[in-house]
Amino acid sequence: MKAGDLGELALRNLREAVLRNSLTTLGVAVGVASLVAMLSLGVGLQELATRRLSNSGLFDTVIVTARRNMQGMRRPAANPVPAKPERALDEDARSEFARLPNVLEVYPQMRFPTEVRYNGNPYSTIVAGVPDSARGNGSYDGIQGSFFSGPNAEEAILQIEFAKDLSEQTATLIGKELVVRYAERQALAPENGVGNGSGANASDGAGGFSIVPREKKLRIVGIVETEPAAGFGGFGSGRLLIPLEVASTLRAAQVNDLREAVRATTGKPAYASLTVRAKSPAQVEAIETAIKSMGFGTFSLLDATRNLRLFFTIFDLLLAIFGSLALAVATLGIINTLVMAILERRREIGILKALGAADRDVKQLFFVEAGVMGLFGGVLGVGFGWFIGRALTWGTNIYLHRQNLPSAHVFSVPWWLVLGAIVFAVGVSLAAGLYPATRAARLNPVEALRYE
Amino acid sequence: MTTGDGVAVRAEQVSRHYEMGAAVIRAVDEVTLEIRAGEFVALLGSSGSGKSTLLNLMAGLDRPTGGAIFANGRNLSGLSSLELARYRSRTVGMVFQSFNLLPRMTLEENVELPLRLAEVDRGERGARVQEALERVRLEKRLTHRPSELSGGEQQRAALARALVNRPTILFADEPTGNLDSATGESIMLLLKEIQQKLGMTIVMVTHERPLAERFADRIAALADGKLLTDGVKS
Ligand SMILES: Nc1ncnc2c1ncn2[C@@H]1O[C@H](COP(=O)(O)OP(=O)(O)OP(=O)(O)O)[C@@H](O)[C@H]1O
Ligand SMILES: [Mg+2]
Repeated sequence: MKAGDLGELALRNLREAVLRNSLTTLGVAVGVASLVAMLSLGVGLQELATRRLSNSGLFDTVIVTARRNMQGMRRPAANPVPAKPERALDEDARSEFARLPNVLEVYPQMRFPTEVRYNGNPYSTIVAGVPDSARGNGSYDGIQGSFFSGPNAEEAILQIEFAKDLSEQTATLIGKELVVRYAERQALAPENGVGNGSGANASDGAGGFSIVPREKKLRIVGIVETEPAAGFGGFGSGRLLIPLEVASTLRAAQVNDLREAVRATTGKPAYASLTVRAKSPAQVEAIETAIKSMGFGTFSLLDATRNLRLFFTIFDLLLAIFGSLALAVATLGIINTLVMAILERRREIGILKALGAADRDVKQLFFVEAGVMGLFGGVLGVGFGWFIGRALTWGTNIYLHRQNLPSAHVFSVPWWLVLGAIVFAVGVSLAAGLYPATRAARLNPVEALRYE
Repeated sequence: MTTGDGVAVRAEQVSRHYEMGAAVIRAVDEVTLEIRAGEFVALLGSSGSGKSTLLNLMAGLDRPTGGAIFANGRNLSGLSSLELARYRSRTVGMVFQSFNLLPRMTLEENVELPLRLAEVDRGERGARVQEALERVRLEKRLTHRPSELSGGEQQRAALARALVNRPTILFADEPTGNLDSATGESIMLLLKEIQQKLGMTIVMVTHERPLAERFADRIAALADGKLLTDGVKS
């Protein structure tokens, strides 16, 4: 029989026992929904974890140093890198990294100790430069107040512990001003326009410098609970966060500068280390390899992300198995429905055969009926699953809200899951139809037609 | 050649035995019968004599346990089940005592069914259905369901369905068995008309000798699976 006729006859047969077939289809839908819900939860949690971890800066970050910097720490010959001429980690290198595929940004570590004056009292603390890209990455989700208004804003975000040092009523700090006192590095060669450079200091002469004390007024715009990690390459933690651009304009005497100044061979200023952020942890490996081949030392937590992926693969597999249980029950439903249909349609099958239907035609007819139930069940089930997911997310977020925690997307239905679930439902239904279809095809027409 | 010119179906020493535990039921036992093209043959016999079994064997709906059946020069035993289905679809038309129309389909759909199975093009089907229904004078009842028809009309619809694929042999198993005598007679007249107009070969099972004598060219009488007489009626 032609496909069109098969489809028509199958749909017609399904309509004839509409209640039973709808219930069977609903069974498939519930099975698919449970599978989709489970897997979406797995994918959602994975995305959540990955997002949180990338935000933490731990897993999407490659720390780059001039090669000999890392010599002591490098793991023994894990990735033998072909010997390349040693290169200075200068502005050229920085822009080269920035041009690598999948690199989000490249920025230097900016941390230095300062003295802060607030309300006439001195406090010593560590200032950290925060790249503007940190704005959207979730580390500041729980912020009191707001993020910096712009990459050059003369504003500060306080870490809560430090804020408590400044005032008991931390909320009242927002909007107030504090003064940062810092040591400015000044080139020995005479220079004008001190303090208004725009970040990069590549044009500096680096023959030597003197240290000059300076002050800067900053407006407090926000307070964060925990210090958002700025990558594992940092030294100590920043308790006073300011925009990276502002931090570099301050030209502070950083902890590494002395070492670096002694070593500067090319006459150009060099960075102690650069932080290269990948678009996602998956791209860290390629970026790391590329930078290594350029002759730099690199460091990342690649192994940790591998383990994370392995963990989620197993986690998803387990969820899929539990989700499939309902679908397995639904499969039995399909088998049952079709076997019942054979009993009811004995005579009809006999008639079809007497009119010239081959075993193959009867078999295909039952197959298509099973497949159609699978298709409808699959589509419906994906809808249900999505709905369950929405409900779960909603419920979770109500709970998180009550706990004063930021909302989270614990649930994600990617397109491959939608498509995969439907294909899977049809496949499973066809498999379930195998036995009934074979049995129907084998039915002896003479016996089927004999009794009324 | 086993079937020479002019032979539609030929049964040679055909047996159909059923094994019921130790006992063997010989539903059809070594029957040899030749049906010539264009002939109207009646298979006559009492209940349980094996008429339907023999008919089903010749129609390719069942396979013999012994002997051979030749149709169109081919031994049906040598055909695969797919080829046998093709034989039923293209060469044979069947009519039953209980009409066997599909109750949820309209007449049009019922008659179209063999065309679907024979993979006839959609464009051609409408005309073929119309032609078949006109032949049994039911062209006005296209959209009716079997339950909306009388017994005689249902049997005529079944006849249209059997003819729609333009078979060369029509097998009818007690086509008048469920009908009153007047309606039965009209069906018989229709069969006779089809035989004469289309040159159709017809094999009809009946247990009513008068009907057989009136309409058939030849009567083959069966008893306990054996062929008693096979001759042109006097
Ligand atoms: N599947 C079967 N198993 C066992 N015996 C069978 C089977 N099918 C038919 N028979 C036997 O074969 C014999 C012939 O049956 P068949 O149906 O051909 O008779 P019939 O002449 O058509 O009778 P009726 O006029 O009542 O239709 C009967 O005795 C019947 O019991
Ligand atoms: Mg019978």
